[in-house]
Amino acid sequence: MSVLSKSPWIIHYDGSSCNGCDIEVLASLMPRYDVERFGVINTGNPKHADILLLTGSINEQNKPVVQNIYNQMPNPKVVIAVGICATSGGVFRECYNVLGGADKVVPVDVYAPSCPIRPEALIDAVVKALGILEKKKAASLAEEVKK
Amino acid sequence: MIQQTIVEITLDSLLAKVRELKYEGWRLVQICCTKLPECLELQYSFDKDYVYQSFKIILKDTSTPVPSISAVYLSAFLYENEIHDLFDVKVENIAVDYKGEFYRTGIKHAFNQDEKPKETSHE
Amino acid sequence: MSKRTIIPFGPQHPVLPEPIHLDLVLEDEKVVEAIPSIGFIHRGLEKLVEKKDFQEYTYVAERICGICSFIHGLTYCMAVEELMKIEVPERAQYLRTIWSELSRIHSHLLWLGLTADGFGFESLFMESWKIREYILDIIEETTGGRVIFGSAKVGGVRRDIAPAKLEEIVKKLRVYQKKINDLGMVFLDDTTVKHRTQGVGILTTENAKALGAVGPMLRASGVAMDIRMMGYAAYGKIGFAPIVETEGDCYSRCKVRIRELAQSIDIIEKCVQQMKEGVIEAKVTGFPNGEFFARSEQPRGEVIYYAKANGTKFLQRLRVRTPTFANITPLLEILKGCQLADVPILVLTIDPCISCAER
Repeated sequence: MSVLSKSPWIIHYDGSSCNGCDIEVLASLMPRYDVERFGVINTGNPKHADILLLTGSINEQNKPVVQNIYNQMPNPKVVIAVGICATSGGVFRECYNVLGGADKVVPVDVYAPSCPIRPEALIDAVVKALGILEKKKAASLAEEVKK
Repeated sequence: MIQQTIVEITLDSLLAKVRELKYEGWRLVQICCTKLPECLELQYSFDKDYVYQSFKIILKDTSTPVPSISAVYLSAFLYENEIHDLFDVKVENIAVDYKGEFYRTGIKHAFNQDEKPKETSHE
Repeated sequence: MSKRTIIPFGPQHPVLPEPIHLDLVLEDEKVVEAIPSIGFIHRGLEKLVEKKDFQEYTYVAERICGICSFIHGLTYCMAVEELMKIEVPERAQYLRTIWSELSRIHSHLLWLGLTADGFGFESLFMESWKIREYILDIIEETTGGRVIFGSAKVGGVRRDIAPAKLEEIVKKLRVYQKKINDLGMVFLDDTTVKHRTQGVGILTTENAKALGAVGPMLRASGVAMDIRMMGYAAYGKIGFAPIVETEGDCYSRCKVRIRELAQSIDIIEKCVQQMKEGVIEAKVTGFPNGEFFARSEQPRGEVIYYAKANGTKFLQRLRVRTPTFANITPLLEILKGCQLADVPILVLTIDPCISCAER
């Protein structure tokens, strides 16, 4: 990370999680954990967002929704699979309507498994994602220079 | 401690029975369907002052149409669409009929299938 | 005039932590009809009973919803215990009651926060969730988890709470009670908040009964109905009355939940006073057989677990009717005739838990 780094805005989408991870995502924004100290703001608009937090597994019905949100986000972007369900399907893996983790439809950069995720782990994942975002930014800049 | 009864009734008497309960002020709690090896079981459950009663209807197969009770209890339309989508039970005259679009699942009528043919890659 | 427009609401929407989709039919700014479409979170959990045996399924049941997790696990256990004719020890019953009430407190605080966010009162949102963290601390100290407790099991509970700890919890809750009262005052007395909630989304008593509303939604419309009165777990020994409001608007629903917070703290205190030392689990032998509807009161209302078994390790059928599913029809009713700007607050007012509803 350079000295001055971007304040990433996150967008959160609940794939088909049990809510456990979702409320922990919200709890991380609260005074106790306060991810806002890293400049992170939760936004509802995918076009404003740099980081996509996906909770829960992918099923038939939310597949296009997740893809759509991902496509609407501007480059460079980072996807975090929050919780074991978004990582692999977790306890719901054997359900008939579950296709698997978030990587079935979008490329995932950071996996943060656990059931449910703890706010500390989530913050760790977001900080890691920040590093990846910086790298992606540098890479796309280098490519532009080459051209 | 827990008062509940499960009574078996015939499909023909369903609507009359439901109207009677509505008149007496019972609340529709839920409708559910169970797939058994040889038949399907429908259960209509009602509650009044913590007394719980459930009416069971045996369906031989999914070809028999079931009348909708959503004209009497509006909230039944959610349960009936659910039963249609997951069990392939034909419910007639639902107040809001989603025509199979209530749950868009990968496998149609999954609850009515014995073993699901799940082929998604679990590498 | 009166040209009809259809506005899609959700599944990804700033006020919704979870995906639900509504097609709102509008005449200018007025909603004339709302058609829900659900299924974004449908996983088919009920079918999973064919693959997980009845003991393992307790964990899955808890994960039907991460907010009312403990009560889901508990109700599942109640259904199976009835099928297996297991007598749950008294101490376990009290512990179940305590954890149920703790989960009710955290859920109601969560709802208050989301509602505050829904009407744009950000700092109130933060304040509610700050208090909720104190409750989560108690939950973590006693169960090890913040959201998923993992404490319910068929035949009893998995962990005990030491008497000294119980006393400490009651002392802490008394302190938090003051904070909750201050918070409640903002919701109930603040003019700007009242402006958003009073007279909005009125559900009449007749409609609440006819459309099958449950939980705080029903109690705010003047119907005294609380499944806890049936006396499952240790509720029968506590002695309390359902909290009822009569207006049926968003304000009443808010008031019911705020008053229930205080009631829950009282129930926990009574449990601690009445509890005696003892075992916390009964021996489980054999397999479940028969059919049974277990009912309990979640923060959002009545939940039904129907279990049918034929004497093998796997249940034949498990059916879960969650409170949100029952509250969808009343929601559609209160949406009719409201202003588009009020839709988010009305959707939040039923305390939607979509992952419960779709399973």
